[in-house]
Amino acid sequence: MFCISFRRHFSKIANKNKKTDMGLLADTGKYILLMKRVFVAPDRGRMFFRQFPKELEKLGLQSLPIVAIISVFIGFIMTMQTKLNTSNPLLPVYTTGLVTRDTLLLEFSSTILCLILAGKVGSNIASEIGTMRITEQIDALEIMGVNSANYLILPKIVAFVVMMPFLVIFSMALGIFGGYFVGVLTTIMTTGDYLVGIKFAFVPYYVFYSLIKSMIFAFLISSVAAFYGYYSYGGALDVGKSSTNAVVNGSILILFFNILITKIMLN
Amino acid sequence: MIEVKNIEKSFESNHVLKNVSAVFETGKTNMIIGGSGSGKTVLMKSIIGLHRIDGGRIEYDGRNLPDMKMSEIRLLRREVGMLFQGSALFDSLTVLENVIYPLEMFSPSTKEEMQERARFCLKHVNLEEKAFGLAPSEISGGMQKRVAIARAIALQPKYLFCDEPNSGLDPRTSLVIDQLIHEVTHEFEITTIINSHDMNSVMEIGENIIFIEKGEKAWQGNKDDIFHVDNEALNNFVFASELFKKVKRTNQ
Repeated sequence: MFCISFRRHFSKIANKNKKTDMGLLADTGKYILLMKRVFVAPDRGRMFFRQFPKELEKLGLQSLPIVAIISVFIGFIMTMQTKLNTSNPLLPVYTTGLVTRDTLLLEFSSTILCLILAGKVGSNIASEIGTMRITEQIDALEIMGVNSANYLILPKIVAFVVMMPFLVIFSMALGIFGGYFVGVLTTIMTTGDYLVGIKFAFVPYYVFYSLIKSMIFAFLISSVAAFYGYYSYGGALDVGKSSTNAVVNGSILILFFNILITKIMLN
Repeated sequence: MIEVKNIEKSFESNHVLKNVSAVFETGKTNMIIGGSGSGKTVLMKSIIGLHRIDGGRIEYDGRNLPDMKMSEIRLLRREVGMLFQGSALFDSLTVLENVIYPLEMFSPSTKEEMQERARFCLKHVNLEEKAFGLAPSEISGGMQKRVAIARAIALQPKYLFCDEPNSGLDPRTSLVIDQLIHEVTHEFEITTIINSHDMNSVMEIGENIIFIEKGEKAWQGNKDDIFHVDNEALNNFVFASELFKKVKRTNQ
């Protein structure tokens, strides 16, 4: 009796896992097919170039305030924490500035910033396209003979990928600036010590690495969010689910690709 | 003319369309009627190509839709206008821009010509000039339907599809929308297919009516015949309301 019940339970779990695996494979296939439809020449170039600046503004410029606030505060707190945790007379004075700079350049201004933007931009894209899907606006485009995937998604992906390096550079600058304030506003270190660390052993390749990484993340955020939005169905609740899925899966992909890119570029 | 032959469509184990054949004539308002869940929306979406059918033929003046490549389908769709149940106007565009949109995508006309054509279409559906600059959310449901008709006819389509054009409208506005659809169908010689379960619409503009019951074509005829048919499912559908029961009694 116990054996039968155990076997049933086990087979249920196995079936569920099988379904999930198939779902993942099917979704990956659907994503690739969607991207195939997205990356073709637009039906009308002028429509693309009309949409493109709007997306630059919406996805890029409108993200500046959040990027600025987070970068300044993280720069500040990172410098403070580093200084407080490395107050060892054996460590040189430039340690704090150096650690802050390299952490900002290597991880915060690309990976962490992209994780934050996956929430803001990803949910924006998924909910916008998802709402268009459930209100039949995408069907209307298809009926007109428009390649809806290309028309709706391409300007968003291109705009976000183009805008991302500027956001990253902006974040790096403001993060370092935020760290400088520790010297100005507190007595735990001097601005002079901080600036020595900022300038010490600077590796320009780190900036290049960060920019490349962020552009790949920008592609992942926008394309994954567009995928979940485009295949939304049902009502408002389902658009909400799509938006959540876009943010969660976008974030997981960012973390996974972070390891991959780091292995390739910094090995 | 659109001709469908032996269409079959299933969603997994749910067999929705069963061997449906029908002819939708040019210059006539062809109506697909039936109760909720009868398969009429699936039939319409299959005819447009939004659903891929499992078997059968869908011929647009001899061109079989299931045989076409995606690029050919896109070209065919430029001959198609559609009025959606919820209007499906683009939120980010104004009323005028919504009508200009298909022209900008596919018409070789100049900007001025497009503006002129869009204004003509909007005036044709009796929309006042002051509404042209408004967003779709700022106008009433009836006006949204009229803008959707204007957008659907902007590219002078050969085929017009209307999915429940009267849903959510008051009887007076419904009548206006029905008459507009009827008018554009005859004026521009369009093959119009209307999906509806509104008997008032059927009696107003139904020139070629196809009744769908449980995924099968149960009857085809016109509005004059519909009261005198010996078909139980159709009679249950038509005479569901007291008004039509009275009409039947009066006729008898």
